[in-house]
Amino acid sequence: MNDIISCENLSKTYVLGDEEVHALDDVSITLARGDYAAVMGPSGSGKSTFMNIVGCLDTPDTGNLWIEGEEVSQMSRNELAGVRNKKIGFVFQQFNLLGRTSALDNVALPLLYAGVKRHERRERAYAALERVGLKDRVGHHPTQLSGGQQQRVAIARALVNEPAILLADEPTGALDTHTGEEIMDIFDDLNQSGLTIVLVTHEYLIAAHAHQMIRFLDGKITGVEQLKAEAA
Amino acid sequence: MDVIELLRVAWSSIRVHKMRSFLTILGIMIGVACVITMMTVTAGAQHDIDRQMREMGSNLMMVYAGSWRSRGGVRGAAGANAVLTEDDSDAIKREIPEIVAAAPTVRGYAQVVVGNRNWNSSVYGIDEDFLVVRNWGVNEGRLFEPSELSRGSRVALIGSTTATELFGEGQVLGQTIRVQNVQFTVVGLLASKGMAPGSTSFDQDSVVLIPLKTARTRLLGRQGVAGNSVEGIYISVENEEDMLYVEEEIKKLLHTRHRIDPEREAFSVNNMSEWIESRLEQQNTFNSLLSVIAAVSLIVGGIGIMNIMLVSVTERTREIGLRMAVGARNTDIMQQFLVEAIALCTAGGILGILLAIIVSAGSSYLAGWPIYFQWWVLMMAVVFSGVIGIFFGFYPARSAANKDPIEALRTE
Ligand SMILES: Nc1ncnc2c1ncn2[C@@H]1O[C@H](COP(=O)(O)OP(=O)(O)OP(=O)(O)O)[C@@H](O)[C@H]1O
Ligand SMILES: [Mg+2]
Repeated sequence: MNDIISCENLSKTYVLGDEEVHALDDVSITLARGDYAAVMGPSGSGKSTFMNIVGCLDTPDTGNLWIEGEEVSQMSRNELAGVRNKKIGFVFQQFNLLGRTSALDNVALPLLYAGVKRHERRERAYAALERVGLKDRVGHHPTQLSGGQQQRVAIARALVNEPAILLADEPTGALDTHTGEEIMDIFDDLNQSGLTIVLVTHEYLIAAHAHQMIRFLDGKITGVEQLKAEAA
Repeated sequence: MDVIELLRVAWSSIRVHKMRSFLTILGIMIGVACVITMMTVTAGAQHDIDRQMREMGSNLMMVYAGSWRSRGGVRGAAGANAVLTEDDSDAIKREIPEIVAAAPTVRGYAQVVVGNRNWNSSVYGIDEDFLVVRNWGVNEGRLFEPSELSRGSRVALIGSTTATELFGEGQVLGQTIRVQNVQFTVVGLLASKGMAPGSTSFDQDSVVLIPLKTARTRLLGRQGVAGNSVEGIYISVENEEDMLYVEEEIKKLLHTRHRIDPEREAFSVNNMSEWIESRLEQQNTFNSLLSVIAAVSLIVGGIGIMNIMLVSVTERTREIGLRMAVGARNTDIMQQFLVEAIALCTAGGILGILLAIIVSAGSSYLAGWPIYFQWWVLMMAVVFSGVIGIFFGFYPARSAANKDPIEALRTE
């Protein structure tokens, strides 16, 4: 069984006053290990909602979700924290780094909650920063780094626990085109080495890095397209 | 989770808001300082009492004629209708085995003259048991010989204050002093005892001790002290636990010997408990004031901690969301904020200890109270502040831990 993400009839509805918003409406999709998928769709179509549920940050109202064959839609808060910690790396549009904290400590954060010893935390965080090309910036605080560098720190943080899936919600949304391309080069490399990646984007040039495109509209998946001969 | 890491995170958040953190812990600091000052001063008083008790004499009791109560607690001369005698003293010593020594004394107040110097001193007529009961001895010279006591020789032991007033730094032993125109030879200089317990003016070293017989025949006889009567009997009891029992036995014995109805309470036995009470009373006012300040500051301080922790939780909502996103469980977040509250309060406690040292030393200096720092009180203060941190930090920490990761991440 090579399915890494498996969604079945996921729905999430928000009620605002007497208006119901179907942020996610009966979504079913399966992704295999090593997939590289771009999620696209107009604003408010449910992309972030989908990512948050797959990333175990949010829970669906109905439907089931399996990560690496393990059903997570019935898990407790603490169990979900464990899944987020061990299996999922999340990259946000706004980086979400801790201020007044060095790049190294930011990257080491997931390891802290994984119960890894201090010495090993530092070593692995250093290795992760090296992987994103920031080994000469380990002591810098977020305010001393450019946007692209900050996002690379965030990617290192997402990678440090060697997750099964990397989820990125508009990772280049806050960056200029050139810097965005640099970030995408890192994603390409990571996918090359076997990591499953799902990313949300509004830009076709960014989406073009992926192998599949999942289209969202009004909380539903309207199509999945193959972008490249993925079985390279 | 990693304790060092928890402390590091707590410290970095406290460090960012130095002034705010300091103001927050002010209440805890004052509260802890009050508690410690209170305990330090009380312990100091207790120590002082113990020391003075030891110096007064071990397990000391004083027997007087007359009812204590009828005199309104003021020690007076012998009662009007009962007179203690040396025979009573002998009987007490003989009949009550729990007693170590019983010293019959007479006492007066007289001007002591040497050359052109004079000094008002207490004058005691004593026997060989007196210095035993009072735990007293001479620094220089010797005690009275038994023959001097029985013959009523004109010899004297003088206290250090009297000696200084009369002789300055000069030689004391062998000198002649005059008390009411009777000449005495000084044979010993008494060890110094300082102020009487519970008193700041009754100097125990302003004293002249002479043989009981001498006092009666040569000095006090003229003041109407007749026969072998004495003013009081100092008693030393072997074991402290027997004090109450011995007190009752003495009263019983005396009433029987004098054939007086026990209901009349013709004799009073006085131990040191009264002045201990009055001594402790001094501190009680001070202590109740401090208790109120301590209680108010600890509660206000605790609420301050809670308030600032809630602010801190709100300010760091996004950070909480991020920590949760990378795998922090509820308990991890809870721990983080609890440790921060505990760290704040413990810091307050430690600063409180420093403040207490200053305040105690100050009040000791101003009020003349002795102070005594106890290690366990200081340790307890630190632990107690930590507990306050847990108590008032719990609600904010829980509200942090219960945040929804998505909503937390969305906050600006
Ligand atoms: N907490 C919430 N409360 C109410 N409605 C919500 C909430 N979160 C999302 N929604 C609604 O759900 C729908 C989907 O939102 P979502 O954030 O998933 O969209 P998106 O596709 O990521 O949009 P964008 O491209 O602008 O980021 C929107 O209509 C949004 O208004
Ligand atoms: Mg979105």
